[in-house]
Amino acid sequence: MCTVCGCGEGETRIEGHTHSHEHEYSHEHGKNHEHGSSHPHNHDHQHSHNHDYGQGPAHAHAPGLSQSRMVQIETDILSKNNEYAAHNRRWFSEHKILTLNLVSSPGSGKTSLLTRTIDDLKKELTLAVVEGDQQTDNDAQRIRETGVKALQINTGKGCHLDAHMIGHAIDSLELEDKGILFIENVGNLVCPAAFDLGEAHKVAILSVTEGDDKPLKYPDMFHAADVLLLNKTDLLPYVDFDVEKCSDYARRVNPGIKIIQVSATTGKGMDIWYQWIKATQNLALI
Amino acid sequence: MHEMSLCEGILGIIEEHAQNQGFKKVNALWLEIGAFASVEIEALRFSFEVISKNTIAEQARLHIIDIPGTAWCMQCSKTVVIQRRFDACPHCAGYQLQITGGEEMRVKELEVE
Repeated sequence: MCTVCGCGEGETRIEGHTHSHEHEYSHEHGKNHEHGSSHPHNHDHQHSHNHDYGQGPAHAHAPGLSQSRMVQIETDILSKNNEYAAHNRRWFSEHKILTLNLVSSPGSGKTSLLTRTIDDLKKELTLAVVEGDQQTDNDAQRIRETGVKALQINTGKGCHLDAHMIGHAIDSLELEDKGILFIENVGNLVCPAAFDLGEAHKVAILSVTEGDDKPLKYPDMFHAADVLLLNKTDLLPYVDFDVEKCSDYARRVNPGIKIIQVSATTGKGMDIWYQWIKATQNLALI
Repeated sequence: MHEMSLCEGILGIIEEHAQNQGFKKVNALWLEIGAFASVEIEALRFSFEVISKNTIAEQARLHIIDIPGTAWCMQCSKTVVIQRRFDACPHCAGYQLQITGGEEMRVKELEVE
């Protein structure tokens, strides 16, 4: 079992974070409810007469048979993830690290944009990267070639990174204070929107080879992002993509979103993206 | 397919309460799911069936309480109901809306024994 938190993570693999136990067995916990029933039952006696009154919703009145009752839960389904995210956020804040969660569909040029960003900024800023993909560590390799620390998380069947995985990644990465951590999420415009990782901002990347109505088709993601990087703008002459329309759609789902047109290939517009990163980092350092 | 992860979360919440409150079986559960929660209800039902196998919630009936999407319209200065995130205000047709409800994803209550 994981020694940090006792987790069983299914098929998730995080570089440098080994799980020696058989994950299959983790499901046994569910069956093993002896733990629950071994808790002291001494309070039962005080309530013993209530059993006859049929307080449950079925109003069953059958001595000896267990009765159903209602339990108010009122708990967020993502509360566990949000706890981990809050923990990550606190840690980032204590170490004055700016964390950016990059989200997009597969093939939008996230990794190319990231490697270019790193090449241009690594001299003046301390950078590190967490790469999320279902399989392979190709992307982490590409990042490491730039000379920057990178950690690959393979989610297996999972379609998104969650805050718990990021917590483990923090432990393995040994991040330097006052740096910037880029998290390249799994290529997916749906699921990563719902999972807070503890980042300061989500940055959505949309390439002009995709449809200009993507912000309307996947509104949750563009609502959750603070910045939209419109990538591959060097291809605009060759594709049917209306930048104005796309920007208008993005602002409809998120009036405050900042939209930056870039080309990771030619470098056009990247300076504005860097300005945003540096300005945001200055805020993180306060 | 993050509905699978959501169901793991739901089961985690149920099992935590089962330990604390000492129940051994869940007959029914009520979930509040907002219109903007990016949850596909059919996928959620399917995932729950898979995830709850061999657990105390295996027999549980899943009830979904739909929470409508609501937003505050800055032009009209009132709360309006919208179907989708990018809908215009039904009164003034403007887009100056701030989402105020519909992002909920909660386990509301359980019927247990």
